[in-house]
Amino acid sequence: MTTQTQTQIKTLKVRAPEERRLGESLTTLALRRLRRDKLTLLAIAILLVLTALSILAPVITEQLGVSATRTNAQIAFAPPGTPGHILGTDDLGRDHLARLLYAGQVSLSIAFISALLSLGIGVALGIITGFYGGIVDDIVNWIIATLSSVPYLFLLLIISAVLRPGPATLIIVLGFLGWMGTTRLVRGETLSLREREFVLSARAIGASPLRIMFGHILPNLFSVIVVTLAIDIGSLILVEASLSYLGLGVKPPTPTWGNMLTNAQTFFTKGGHLVVMPGLLIFITVLCLYIIGDGIRDAFDPQAKDR
Amino acid sequence: MIKYTIRRLIQAIPIFFGITLLSYLLMTAAPGGPTSALAMDPRIPPQQRQAMAARLGVNDPWPVQYLRWLLGDDWMRVDTDGDGLADIARLIPLDADGDGRPEPAGRRKGILRGDFGESFFQRRPVITMIEEKIGPTLELGLASLIVGLVIGLPVGIIAAVRRGGWFDNVTRVLAVMFNAVPVFWLGLILLMIFSFRLQLLPSGGQCGLVLSGGCPPIYQRLEYLLLPTLVLSTGAIAIYSRYIRASMLDVIHQDYMRTALSKGLPGKDVWFKHGARNALIPLATFLGPAITGLLSGAVITETIFSWPGLGRLGVTAVIQQDFPVVMAVVIMASIATILGFLLSDILYAIIDPRIRFD
Repeated sequence: MTTQTQTQIKTLKVRAPEERRLGESLTTLALRRLRRDKLTLLAIAILLVLTALSILAPVITEQLGVSATRTNAQIAFAPPGTPGHILGTDDLGRDHLARLLYAGQVSLSIAFISALLSLGIGVALGIITGFYGGIVDDIVNWIIATLSSVPYLFLLLIISAVLRPGPATLIIVLGFLGWMGTTRLVRGETLSLREREFVLSARAIGASPLRIMFGHILPNLFSVIVVTLAIDIGSLILVEASLSYLGLGVKPPTPTWGNMLTNAQTFFTKGGHLVVMPGLLIFITVLCLYIIGDGIRDAFDPQAKDR
Repeated sequence: MIKYTIRRLIQAIPIFFGITLLSYLLMTAAPGGPTSALAMDPRIPPQQRQAMAARLGVNDPWPVQYLRWLLGDDWMRVDTDGDGLADIARLIPLDADGDGRPEPAGRRKGILRGDFGESFFQRRPVITMIEEKIGPTLELGLASLIVGLVIGLPVGIIAAVRRGGWFDNVTRVLAVMFNAVPVFWLGLILLMIFSFRLQLLPSGGQCGLVLSGGCPPIYQRLEYLLLPTLVLSTGAIAIYSRYIRASMLDVIHQDYMRTALSKGLPGKDVWFKHGARNALIPLATFLGPAITGLLSGAVITETIFSWPGLGRLGVTAVIQQDFPVVMAVVIMASIATILGFLLSDILYAIIDPRIRFD
């Protein structure tokens, strides 16, 4: 009997803070839920550490006395743990850790900026089409249908055949090709939001369409936007890595996690560590981003009570 | 039903032309346009280059070039007397380079009639190159689709039935991991372990070295198919299992499920006969996206495992700047996608009649 009551109290204790308190905004509730979500917090922490390490790449390599560009044929394919080269060296004798850190800079910033770009386009188009409907909606829908009928990677194939992209071009290309999903999502949300009372009252006091769209509807899309951003960055890291691996993205000597694997097949016999690390970093980063995206989505879900 | 099918077919037409226009415009955005690589080659003497430019039509306005690419030019400049020189011209002048002599008649048929031109590198019709590569890609794609479904379906159903249990949690984590793993890296790691370190599996290709007549039947070379299929199906397994789980969860809360359970039918029967059958219906809508996913994955998988398919052809063509081949591969992939989406919609309309009347 006592044990039963104790469990009941325990469940109550666990559940109670998850419920929405009186007069509390959804954002505060979401933040409170997030603070309890250890997996998401861990993912955020790992991601922050990886980002910080990449940003600090110049400082770290200087402290360790290694360089991402200095080649030395005598110490090529040094295994991890070699004195002076924590993660060993690559086929040209460059320090592997230093290259990984600098590659992180490139991979992360390409993914982050192009995700912001595609998010901007996607959200703007989604709100406009959802709000106005009609001919604008039809045209945008046709463009979306057409663009999504070309498998993404094939569209990127043509573009890299034509443009031979560097990091900057790649950001623009990825940004301009990735907005379709966001537009669909935001359009759907806007369609239901524009029928709500606060939009009606904004109209009643004479707010301009622009103000309704970006002053009243946009803030309500906050959770959708954050989730999309996290997941988009993750997918874009994968896309950029695949493209660079195929030799169609960022070209060496600029390192990215993808193009460090381009010649991986020739490392199989001598340098297995060169194959493992770049992919592992991609995997961990993308996994963290997906977990963060999921965590935020759950935190903002008004229906989620028992998780 | 027939009416619905026809309507969907008609809706697909502008999308197809949109794709051809988009890819053509992208190609002309290449410095000098798609054919300039040949016509502007500095090693060719200027006079010959001019004649070549006129023959390739580099100097025509782009809509004419697009039409020529799409519909061919055998109707643009027609040779009636059989001397190899054109004597009737529509859309483009008879004497394009202005040297007083008519140009040769057009011979291209255009992509709508299956003429994608000639590869810059291999000097043979692109369409035959494509035909050779479709088989291997289909083989790999179908194998991965089957593996994805065979693993994804039961996993999704069990996860839904035992919602919140250990199986559900483990598969949920695995699905996220499968989605986050870079396909090419997974392929490389498997290749390193199984073919280089353990020497168990071949390192790539569709079959061993054959002198003539192509590969032996598929059951004699399963070891070649194993790793590529495994790699290509990871994403599919992750997506299908989550999709089926969601669909199954919808079904589980239906009244007929409760009825079946409450009248005492064994749970297994209810879940698999009443539940799963209905949960599979939305899977029909999934065919289109599945094809896109498999095709995109095939580009990477085929490259890692030297699988002689469309994806690898595309990548090689891009690296060699072989524009006619790139275009053909992209158009083919798009046609497959459009057909996949079309098939999904039609299948869904057959299964769920409400769709037809929207």
